[in-house]
Amino acid sequence: MEQAIYQEQSVEGMPEVEDLFNEMRKEFKGMANELIPMLQRVQRMLGFLPEQALLEIARLTGLSTARVYGTATFYAQFRFQPAGKYIIRVCRGTACHVKGSDRLLDTIEEYLQVAPGQMTPDGLFTIETVACFGSCALAPVMVINDSVYGSLNRSRALKLLDEIRVREEANIKNLSLS
Amino acid sequence: MDFSSLKERAEKNWKALENLKQPLIQIGMGTCGKAAGADEVFAAAKQTLKQMNLLGRILQVGCIGTCYLEPIMAVRKPGGPFIYYGNLTAKRTEEILLSYLRDGDPKTEWAVCFTGEGPVDGIPRFEDLPMIKPQVRIALRNCGIIDPENIEHYIARGGYNGLMRALRMNPGEVIQEIKDSGLRGRGGAGFPTGMKWEFASNAPGQTKYIICNADEGDPGAFMDRSLLEGDPHSVLEGMLIGAYAIGCNEGYIYIRAEYPLAIKRLETALKQMREYGLLGRNIQGSGFGFEIHIKEGAGAFVCGEETALMASIAGGRGMPQSRPPFPANKGLWGNPTNINNVETLGNVSAILAQGAKWFAGFGTEKSKGTKTFALAGKVERTGLIEVPMGIRLKEIIDEIGGGVAKGKKVKAVQTGGPSGGCIPADLFDLPVDYESLTAAGSIMGSGGMVVMDEETCMVDIPRYFLSFTADESCGKCIPCRLGTRQMLDILNEICEGKGAIEDLEILKDVSETVQKGSLCGLGQTAPNPVQTTLRYFRSEYEAHILGKKCEAGVCKPLFHYEIDPETCNGCGVCSKKCSVGAVTGEKKKPHSIEPDRCTKCGACYEACKFHAVRIC
Repeated sequence: MEQAIYQEQSVEGMPEVEDLFNEMRKEFKGMANELIPMLQRVQRMLGFLPEQALLEIARLTGLSTARVYGTATFYAQFRFQPAGKYIIRVCRGTACHVKGSDRLLDTIEEYLQVAPGQMTPDGLFTIETVACFGSCALAPVMVINDSVYGSLNRSRALKLLDEIRVREEANIKNLSLS
Repeated sequence: MDFSSLKERAEKNWKALENLKQPLIQIGMGTCGKAAGADEVFAAAKQTLKQMNLLGRILQVGCIGTCYLEPIMAVRKPGGPFIYYGNLTAKRTEEILLSYLRDGDPKTEWAVCFTGEGPVDGIPRFEDLPMIKPQVRIALRNCGIIDPENIEHYIARGGYNGLMRALRMNPGEVIQEIKDSGLRGRGGAGFPTGMKWEFASNAPGQTKYIICNADEGDPGAFMDRSLLEGDPHSVLEGMLIGAYAIGCNEGYIYIRAEYPLAIKRLETALKQMREYGLLGRNIQGSGFGFEIHIKEGAGAFVCGEETALMASIAGGRGMPQSRPPFPANKGLWGNPTNINNVETLGNVSAILAQGAKWFAGFGTEKSKGTKTFALAGKVERTGLIEVPMGIRLKEIIDEIGGGVAKGKKVKAVQTGGPSGGCIPADLFDLPVDYESLTAAGSIMGSGGMVVMDEETCMVDIPRYFLSFTADESCGKCIPCRLGTRQMLDILNEICEGKGAIEDLEILKDVSETVQKGSLCGLGQTAPNPVQTTLRYFRSEYEAHILGKKCEAGVCKPLFHYEIDPETCNGCGVCSKKCSVGAVTGEKKKPHSIEPDRCTKCGACYEACKFHAVRIC
């Protein structure tokens, strides 16, 4: 059975959504062909599409909420739950596949104990898969936020994650000390 | 400013760059280069120049195509040749620059090749590299040579000459020129471009659109990304020429959101075109006006299909429609629309500049010109290549690609991504043209070319592609929605060792239904990976079903690892790499694997330098 994209009602009460839409109203005219660019803008700013934002977009464009939901859920780019600070996207393209990206993904899943699409409990990492990044000559490839890492093997990939974790833990320590 | 003064200025600046009195450094800064560490190389080069107190220029260029050498840097001393270095690190960059620019030793032992004035002792000319020699670069003519963010570089290298020539012709003559060139669509299907333009041109209607399809969705393909990152103007010029020929004043570039650098380069290019009077109203006083919008895709493979792409631009779910009506008559918002692929448009600008006859001089009778391929997978030299049509697969894989990596045996080559097929090694004499590849059961496709060796399982490959197409099927038509799922289920069973020999007949039946009954290209071509592997690698299917064996060591339930006691010298690396403690043994004595503990992750197999770990 398909899972509902929103677990519970969280329609009101996100001030950042209201602020964002105050900005967006100046820029977008509310035309139907602006629907995808609007969804992209919300995700870029908030990291995901909260239910409140989809309702706002429906209001702004005059499209039915079903149409807005239907379009948003059609495309792989959109996320309906908050994502971790670091989004790890493992490329599942052909060249990466023949060079073992499925095993790389297994290793990362096992290490972080979450499946693709999920966030680690500490809010640090989200794993996602992408059909192809187009960096096939450097397969297997993984992208952490905007940085592309190529010619990976298991130990290099885990080392990258460890470095982030150590850095973040140090940051937290520094913050609590000051 | 009129074009001739623009050209004069661009050429003057280019000449000044050629005659630069200081060192000139070029660094490949495409996505691949950056992934390999080009940013660190750039920073190191900048720092080293500063450290030596040397005035010099560092130029960011696109991908030169030798991706396996990334990050790449070329260094030129005033009046000298460019010397290319590959696989650089920050430290090596500093060492090279200090040695060459300060001490005069170019460190040719670290160099790959040179361009310009030669010879240089010990290294070949770029054009003589085995990877480059068989290539002809038309679409990629400027990639890796110019700064893609500088329109003057493009103009100085002959850019926009094609557009200026087109504007002096009438639209019908431009269409005829493209027809004469024999150019066919590089997106995969190979429809003659001139004919496509003519349909849109003849279609009744005031408002017409031209769309550049940069939704390069095939996993394993990156030609369009590299071209847009390395030479965006060549594509934009092609789009302008097409718009003029068809009679449209508005165009869209539909590009994947996964290509942020290409989007940025396009935005910069559009801004410059506007500043130089090459976009907007009344371009170069010709009376022809044109506007281009960039539309970012949102991650749906089916949007590479023309009607789905237009539905997505209009702001809806990207689902295809049955044809007719064809886009040329009724496309975007119901208006006549022409859609061309990135590489097609990159060729258009070259054809108008150099003439149809010149272009038709390359290739075969029915497939003219060149084709770019993203050569990847288990090949020694991966990269972005452009070859004349008609070249044999063998030449691409052995000469350009340098054969299969690590001395393994080549098994097949996959062209056309999820819509294409696997061509076995014994057919590598096949010429690369639209008809020959189709006859072999594959397609030319947009240019993905993934080489597979003995460690690639030919049942897993169609399973991989089917899991992709089943996932990406939009669900509108039943043959594709259910048929891809059905094929995937059967392949999953076979890969798990639960297949029956009758499944192969069912697989064949379903694949034919999906091929014939699907609404759009996604479904119609989705069975190709299944059909070609059934045709050429049936014995592997049978080994999975009857012998319960996956000899490639991919399908986990159908193989296990063993350590050969004769070969194992007990170095212990494998047991250190094993995360579940399944490999045991005393130091300097043969080790062994406990099958119950082993998760078949392959870490020991990859780690053993002596090939003592075997797939059984």
